[in-house]
Amino acid sequence: MKLIYTRPESLKKAAFHYCPGCGHSVAHRLVCEVIDEMELRGRTIGIPPPGCSVFAYNYFDVDMAESAHGRGAAVATGIKRACPGIIVFTYQGDGDLAGIGTAETIHAANRGENITTIFINNAVYGMTGGQMAPTTLSGMKTTTTPYGRDPATEGRPMRMSEMLAPLEGVAYIERVAISSPANIRKAKKAIARAFRMQIDNRGFSMVEILSPCPTNWKMTPVQSWKWVEEEMTRVFPPGVYKDVTEPENAG
Amino acid sequence: MRWSAPRLPSRSTVSKVLMDGNSAIAEAAIRAGLRCYFGYPITPQNELTEYMAMHLGRKKGCTFLQAESEVAAINMVYGASLVGARAMTSSSSPGISLKQEGISYLAACELPAVIVNMQRGGPGLGSIAAAQSDYFQATRGGGHGDYRTIVLGPSSVQELADMTMRAFDLADKYKIPVMILGDGVLGQMKEPVEFKREAPEITPTREGTLQGAGGGASRIVKTFTSNPSELEEINWSLFRRYQLIKKNETTWDTYMTDDARLVVVAYGIAARIARGAIKSLRAKGLKVGLFRPVTLWPFPDEPLRELVKNVRQLLVFEMNMGQMIEDVQLALAGKGEVSFYGRPGGVIPAPDEVGRVMSRLYYQKGLK
Amino acid sequence: MLVKMLIAGFGGQGVLSMGLNIAEAAMLEGRNVTYLPSYGAEVRGGTANCTVAISDEEIASPVASSPEFVVAMNQPSAIKFQHHIQSGGLFFLNSSLVETEILRGDIEIVHVPANKMAEELGSPKVANMVMLGAFTRKSGVVEFDSVIQALRHTLGSKKKLIDVNEKALVKGYELY
Ligand SMILES: Cc1ncc(C[n+]2csc(CCOP(=O)(O)OP(=O)(O)O)c2C)c(N)n1
Ligand code: SF4
Repeated sequence: MKLIYTRPESLKKAAFHYCPGCGHSVAHRLVCEVIDEMELRGRTIGIPPPGCSVFAYNYFDVDMAESAHGRGAAVATGIKRACPGIIVFTYQGDGDLAGIGTAETIHAANRGENITTIFINNAVYGMTGGQMAPTTLSGMKTTTTPYGRDPATEGRPMRMSEMLAPLEGVAYIERVAISSPANIRKAKKAIARAFRMQIDNRGFSMVEILSPCPTNWKMTPVQSWKWVEEEMTRVFPPGVYKDVTEPENAG
Repeated sequence: MRWSAPRLPSRSTVSKVLMDGNSAIAEAAIRAGLRCYFGYPITPQNELTEYMAMHLGRKKGCTFLQAESEVAAINMVYGASLVGARAMTSSSSPGISLKQEGISYLAACELPAVIVNMQRGGPGLGSIAAAQSDYFQATRGGGHGDYRTIVLGPSSVQELADMTMRAFDLADKYKIPVMILGDGVLGQMKEPVEFKREAPEITPTREGTLQGAGGGASRIVKTFTSNPSELEEINWSLFRRYQLIKKNETTWDTYMTDDARLVVVAYGIAARIARGAIKSLRAKGLKVGLFRPVTLWPFPDEPLRELVKNVRQLLVFEMNMGQMIEDVQLALAGKGEVSFYGRPGGVIPAPDEVGRVMSRLYYQKGLK
Repeated sequence: MLVKMLIAGFGGQGVLSMGLNIAEAAMLEGRNVTYLPSYGAEVRGGTANCTVAISDEEIASPVASSPEFVVAMNQPSAIKFQHHIQSGGLFFLNSSLVETEILRGDIEIVHVPANKMAEELGSPKVANMVMLGAFTRKSGVVEFDSVIQALRHTLGSKKKLIDVNEKALVKGYELY
């Protein structure tokens, strides 16, 4: 019998604490598969954030170090500068990366820090109970926008991939969606490409993953995956925003 | 006014070199084996950052980086320390407030690091003049959570250099952030300084640091837990380390206390000013002396208790409205008599002024 | 004995390097010395000053509220610092730029046409060195030799620069 599906070596034998249908579990698995396939496990350090993925270190079987809220890119900078041979990735939510950690993110990208960021955009602050994130869609209801996000007072959703791509230090940015098997395969390719950029010393790489949060969106897993596909991608179109190795996407 | 890099002692014929405190710290740190420095401009410590840019940035295997903020800088230190590099950052009061988050994480994860605070007047943006306004913040941990950092209080450029080297060793020995609590005058003034060491005394090992799992088991550096008793155990283990530091590393200095009837308690630049005043008063026959805490945390409470067995009257002198005095009072628990003289805001009192306060107290309390 | 001096002027007049030179000279003589420049916002607006303290014993404070010696290289400094000098102190005025009448009778005033003399030497930039020469002679706080040695030490291999600066120093020194 041919083995076609198994637990990646870099993924610990532990049951995820994530809600059913949550995009975090899928994203974790994809990152682990890539680490295995590129044989990076022995020289990788991952930086999980405060957020629903704070326990990511219980799942990733690579060296992991917790970071303060939003500071992942700065911590990764310190690691990479001290030990350039180590492969560093941050794993960050949208509150973490696009809210409290905007400055750290933009400046690490602009310096062309040779690190990889896995950016989980679920349009809310998941861990703290579904408050508005910088990425919350206009009109979307959250616990802190009970009447829907009003662009007049709360601004419009922030598009981090579009914002970061023009920076010269950025080597690679792609937005993908966890919404269907085909899109998940695309997501994995993007993650592999991002790590490849780091291995080749190209500069900052980021994969933005549109990721379902059924719990805070108050949807069933199936509805939430559909919502990513139909609603989120309208505001956050998937695609390659920067790829310095492809002339037409070089920015 | 352009700042120019001071010449290094190697090019000089005298063993001493005239150097400002900020540069002296930087030079000492480099000699102590510093590998990564992350900073953000703020007066009065910019010379430190600039010296690092000039001399560390080009050194093989070393990193100088001007971060986008103090928050970023301290978190970069955290990252570098995670992988076993001697790392440091420096700032002045408002910037140190921003670093507190990172310092708390360093303390929690038992990571060595050196942080310099060249204090200025506060609160708020305050002034850029020298002050001792951050004693509370420095000695109580400073950020959130139940932790301590070692705090050193130098009072000359030479001590800045010596204590910087000591700071790195302490940080590595106890896996703890160490703060050097200076002030604007110490940072800015030049004095002859001698660098006593060419290389670090303790070479940090990579043991216990993250290097990638290699072929072995992966490791985790973290503090967050959903299990209070797990965190309690971490708190206990930190506490035991703090007790050990208290036992081994508490440092103080005394000057003419043997027959003294009035002893000034002061640290840093204030201690130095008080020393000048004491010398003049001694010449006039007043029996006065100085007790100077050198480690501000751990605070030398035991030696201070010893002291008041013979000296009843103390005068705490600080360049703030009274912060260290609380440690003095805690240490003495009601024994002895404690008076206070303070000048906040960045005012630097002259030795004569402190001398006048001392002699007034001396006569008022009938100590002659 | 502890002596303190304050040197003030426009930024660019070399007042800080004068102070540094004296401090280095004192260090070369094996004495205790502190040098404290004005910094930060204080130096915006174009003025600069520094304080040097020299002593054979430890120096308690690098700050001088009433220095024995004040050097004013420009008009604003002459006005600002004339009341800071200790009674019996020396007040060095760059008479090329200072027009103010000094009203105190309890201090000695030393006029040094520093800019004029520097121009005569063909290098207006060394006015500070002319003043330093005169200061060394009149104040006696450090040896002239040490000042020269400190200068060579500072300028290192810049032979030409050393020459013009030394010439200016000597010229100032010979004024009194
Ligand atoms: C300084 C600070 N402020 C607030 C928090 C509380 N906090 C923890 S996670 C989080 C937001 C998480 O949202 P996001 O980054 O979108 O990740 P998600 O949970 O959705 O995966 C917040 C505000 C914190 N840990 N630190
Ligand atoms: S709250 Fe949302 S993001 Fe968090 S685990 Fe549940 S589904 Fe995932």
